[in-house]
Amino acid sequence: MKTLPCLFVAIAVAATAQAADYASLPGGTFASALPADANNADVKLAPFRLRREPVTNAEFLAFVKAHPQWRRDQVARIFAEPRYLQGWAAADRLGDEVKPEQPVTEVSWFAAQAFCASEGARLPSWNEWEFAAAADATRADARSDPAWRAGILNWYAQPSTHAVAEVGGAANFYGVRNLHGLIWEWVDDFNALLVASDSRDQNDPDRLRFCGAGALNLRDRDNYAVLMRIALLSSLKGADTTGNLGFRCARDGAGENR
Amino acid sequence: MKLSFTLTALAVVLALGTSACSRSGAVSADAAATPVVAGSQHGDFGPPQGEPIHAVLTSPPNVPPPIHRDKPAKVIVELEVVEKEMPISEGVTYTFWTFGGTVPGSFIRVRQGDTVELHLKNNPDSKMPHNIDLHGVTGPGGGAASTFTAPGHASQFTFKALNQGLYVYHCATAPVGMHVANGMYGLILVEPPEGMPKVDHEYYVMQGDFYTTGKYREKGHQPFDMEKAIAEQPTYVLFNGHEGALTGDKALAAKTNETVRLFVGNGGPNLVSSFHVIGEIFDTVRPEGGTVEQHNVQTTLVPAGGAAMVEFHTEVPGSYVLVDHSIFRAFNKGALAILKVDGAENKAIYSGKEVDSVYLGDRSEPNLQAVSTAAKAHAAGTLTKDEQIAAGKQLFTGTCSVCHQANGEGLPGVFPPLAKSDYLAADPKRAVQILLHGLNGKVTVNAKDYNSVMPPMSQLNDDEMANILTYVLNSWGNPGGQITKEEVAAARTAPAPAPAAAEH
Repeated sequence: MKTLPCLFVAIAVAATAQAADYASLPGGTFASALPADANNADVKLAPFRLRREPVTNAEFLAFVKAHPQWRRDQVARIFAEPRYLQGWAAADRLGDEVKPEQPVTEVSWFAAQAFCASEGARLPSWNEWEFAAAADATRADARSDPAWRAGILNWYAQPSTHAVAEVGGAANFYGVRNLHGLIWEWVDDFNALLVASDSRDQNDPDRLRFCGAGALNLRDRDNYAVLMRIALLSSLKGADTTGNLGFRCARDGAGENR
Repeated sequence: MKLSFTLTALAVVLALGTSACSRSGAVSADAAATPVVAGSQHGDFGPPQGEPIHAVLTSPPNVPPPIHRDKPAKVIVELEVVEKEMPISEGVTYTFWTFGGTVPGSFIRVRQGDTVELHLKNNPDSKMPHNIDLHGVTGPGGGAASTFTAPGHASQFTFKALNQGLYVYHCATAPVGMHVANGMYGLILVEPPEGMPKVDHEYYVMQGDFYTTGKYREKGHQPFDMEKAIAEQPTYVLFNGHEGALTGDKALAAKTNETVRLFVGNGGPNLVSSFHVIGEIFDTVRPEGGTVEQHNVQTTLVPAGGAAMVEFHTEVPGSYVLVDHSIFRAFNKGALAILKVDGAENKAIYSGKEVDSVYLGDRSEPNLQAVSTAAKAHAAGTLTKDEQIAAGKQLFTGTCSVCHQANGEGLPGVFPPLAKSDYLAADPKRAVQILLHGLNGKVTVNAKDYNSVMPPMSQLNDDEMANILTYVLNSWGNPGGQITKEEVAAARTAPAPAPAAAEH
């Protein structure tokens, strides 16, 4: 259903000279909400780096200017649906309603990939994103704390009828900001979350979508907070955009933690 | 649906096997004489005929008009998912997720054998993906997989409505419980081919349980509380998604000597409803929305994710109260609605002596506007004593007047008076403690002894207590004064005073 053409690789490899700020994360074994196999095995993560903040409108505007094939009026429809960047005043201008420091939203997975490639990076995997987002301000893994969950659920309880806030705010244990409470974020393997989530029944990869069955796949049944994000990501195709969906980039390796 | 279909088919097989063994013959003879039409296929009347029809969808409590059609048709249903903030009680808002902008969602009415083309649109402003599982669908997931829709997108699938009946539909996106708890359910009626018997009024009433982090009627915007939802301890149990959705000037209406049909659904997510109309007996119930008719029913169970059709004839004018007769839900969590019947008295059937305010509680008031006004004023820091008194009067009518009477006189020897009360005047602050902790044992008020039990009124919020007490202190010849929300809050956090030496 969601076969992803690999055409994007050819599109934007030329790196723009942007000094995006990346945090170093150690990786290691990690208890994902979606276990690696039927025996609830932990996933293993190599050290990686993650952008401290989501990509902003200002950054994406600079990217679009440098790579006009990603302007909303020039992008190939197979890579971005018609709502791509529709909130901007023009194809190359944010306008008064859209703030430069808001996270960019209404971007497709293909566009997000191309942006990350342009700064020599890639989209994080779900497990990398989940690993970073398990932290709170003081702990690497705060997921068992009801306060951590409540903070996430509170965001879900806010209707998204007003504008997305600007990036920034408190950093988590790894020095990464806005993983919760601001936007949804693309991950590299968003379309594999369902299929890879449970190897017990490969004949029924759609089970997450049905009544209650999704809970069977999850190690942590009452962790609705994480499940909601998986549900959102699994509803998408690569060219889709939504008003609350942005992204940040990742890189392999430890690197220096600036 | 898949399960029920399988079971039906299984039942047919069993019936055939049994009849063959016992040689009773009737069933197997029928089966041999006609082509085998199993289970739901009885409802397949062939391909749709004529031009496609756009279904009339209605918001609760309204029901689309009956279908007068003798052929199966293609019916197009367009539902939009909207996430929006709406009131759940006076001065309390909640972020609902809705089918069509209302809780419950739009009512869908089709005819058995119709081919239904369902379009599900997810509003671009939505945060969440959604889908729809209609219990009236024969097919895996009830349409859920075919309609999984990201924000700003639309999906479509088509099904044939093989089984007649009243069916719940709901969102089945993970986590299902949260989507349902936020209001994502509604009803679809699949009429029998011959239609339904004509009645004077049809109404759409659907129960749901809601889980907020704040307590019942705590003012302001209230987020969803997952812990309460998992524990199945709702803050609100409501008809049509809003406390007061069907009371006051929004009450359902009928006249005497009319027939009323209620399409009653229960979205859950957790509770099973003991649906009852105070003062009426259901002449006919189709339990669980199926085809068997039951008669002369007082209370019918409506399962979560299930429905019932109830009919009754109105004989006597007055207010009839729809409740979940798991009764604390009605009086302490909001599961109340009113059917107002106008017409001439019929003293031969009912003397008319009953006063409905006892049953209605404060929901009998058309509106609690003064309460909302006071809450807003307090938030703005401009609350006046007069606003407190006005709000307190409305709250008193519901909570206190049943015992202490609307005029504050109480009932001699049973319920102490609040009017010109020397007990109250001696220590007005003591009244705060009594509301919080109740009063148990002998007291002397205006030279009369009272020895009964007043339960704690701790379900009242701080501002509600402050307003009620300020009203009482400034009414019926009492000395005046003012109790603030902050005073009540401080008293509530303080430990309960030692019980006054009970005089047994």
